[in-house]
Amino acid sequence: MFSRILIANRGEIALRIIRACHELGIEAVAVYSQADADAEYLRLADEAICIGPARPAESYLSIPRIISAAEIADVEAIHPGYGFLAENAHFAEVCAECGIAFIGPTPESMQLLGDKIAARELAERARVFIIPGSEGAIEDEAEAIKIANKIGYPVIIKAAAGGGGRGMRVVHNDITLRAAIGGARAEAEAAFKNGALYLEKFISEPRHVEVQVIADKAGNVLHFYERDCTIQRRHQKLIEESPCPVLEEKRREELCKAALRVVKEANYVNAATVEFLLDKENRFYFMEVNTRIQVEHPVTEMVTGQDLIKWQLKIASGQTIDLRQKDIKHTGVAIECRINAEDPAKDFSPCPGRITKFILPGGIGVRVDTHQCQGCTVSPYYDSMIAKLIVHKKTRDQAINTMKRALAEFRIEPIKTTIPACMEILSHSDYASSRIDTGFVERLLG
Amino acid sequence: MSENKETKLQRVKELVELMKANDLVELEIADGDSKILLKRPQPVGPTITQLSPVPAPVITPAVPVEQTVQAQTPAEQQDVGLAEIKSPIVGTFYSASSPDSQPYVDIGTRVSPDTVVCIVEAMKVMNEIKAETSGTIVEVLCETGEAVEYGQLLFKVKPD
Repeated sequence: MFSRILIANRGEIALRIIRACHELGIEAVAVYSQADADAEYLRLADEAICIGPARPAESYLSIPRIISAAEIADVEAIHPGYGFLAENAHFAEVCAECGIAFIGPTPESMQLLGDKIAARELAERARVFIIPGSEGAIEDEAEAIKIANKIGYPVIIKAAAGGGGRGMRVVHNDITLRAAIGGARAEAEAAFKNGALYLEKFISEPRHVEVQVIADKAGNVLHFYERDCTIQRRHQKLIEESPCPVLEEKRREELCKAALRVVKEANYVNAATVEFLLDKENRFYFMEVNTRIQVEHPVTEMVTGQDLIKWQLKIASGQTIDLRQKDIKHTGVAIECRINAEDPAKDFSPCPGRITKFILPGGIGVRVDTHQCQGCTVSPYYDSMIAKLIVHKKTRDQAINTMKRALAEFRIEPIKTTIPACMEILSHSDYASSRIDTGFVERLLG
Repeated sequence: MSENKETKLQRVKELVELMKANDLVELEIADGDSKILLKRPQPVGPTITQLSPVPAPVITPAVPVEQTVQAQTPAEQQDVGLAEIKSPIVGTFYSASSPDSQPYVDIGTRVSPDTVVCIVEAMKVMNEIKAETSGTIVEVLCETGEAVEYGQLLFKVKPD
């Protein structure tokens, strides 16, 4: 096991990793930008190194600064968290060149699965249903029209180098397809430095279901069941839960096994999430693989009793997974609400500022993952997440009930947060009966 | 095809003008094996010009890395009016260019903005840190081999 690692991230995930490290007897070195200099969680790190000014490009996204810090702190490994450099294959390569273990997959599998077209082809090889679409990148407008008519409108234009909901456009006919292609290519070029596009059939009113997997260097792969992340606004998840309320056992098993086949086919190591869309007939279609630990990982931890960050550390240090699939059970229902510093009344625009009152909810089955505290400041330079509120109960009704109570207890003042929005969603009858799709939040809240 | 020194210098000058005109802070161009990285002064902190990796022996510190949680400010008292030289990068501080050389500066040394005051080594690259101010060194806050973080105080200077 490692004796000392560096966390190339900030905020709640940095704190989450520090906690896992300390329980495993690993020293945790944190890095921070000047904007985070007063963050309280830094005191929990064994060492904290200032790496730059506020701008992410000069701090958390700066490979030289992070590697420098890793060298002077003499660490054996780096955990990239999520976001920032977590899915940057070049960063993983640099770590390897510098003799520092990267807690995540190899650069090769990151690159393979980061290319959404290659990932689709891989899923097909793994005998997993993919959304009908183009075979590879579309060459030109004429080809796009041909494919779109073959698979049937509406279709969605996606960037091969994109992902995470970015660079996508839905079109309903030849005219709008023609109009959209040029713009989509330019956007992809600008955002991802790669203008390659592909088409998929647009599945209307889908559910978003993803499977948590881990894999070790010996080739063992395991799943920790699924999460339903259908509650999204503009492709940003807001509420997640496990298990998926509409999946029967047989379909769940098929879904999880499909996820394992994808990961095996990619020779993947460490933690990953395989994302699927579920249509109205509960048929699932492969969408993409996220080659990192995800924000909503606590939901899985609560229903399975497993510590996913510890698994990442163990796998990266060379340990094999000593669990068997049949030993992993899921019990009860877990729901997570993302509490962001955003104003729902103003189109969810970010609300940075100082938190003068911060009172956490509590009680049986309530978990709060947060780096913030009273007197701390939500800075404008980074994402707006303040906390993750997770609830775990025996039944879904109980979980919803407890989550509503916990949201009502949670006081964050004076900044605006997504607490009222989460409350509204949880109180809606469609959420209770889980008659939802990925468009639900925008229809409800705008 | 190798360029002569003059062409190279001319190109560097052109790149500098390009940066100023577009208010760029950092510009890196890689061309085969050669690479150039130019940085303009930040609002706070000195400019650094990164040298390509020096084939000369790398100085390996014998001094263990120190805790760098806080900037190493000594007992404050009247530092009013003193200018500060802070590290613009994370790395290892060296007071001289090699173990056998004299330190670049010491207490009492007069500096001007372009005076190299120390080296901070990051990822095997020896970055020369410039004073960015005029005056006399009154305090040296780091020791050779010490780990420094971004913004860490290196020297205090009494302005002219």
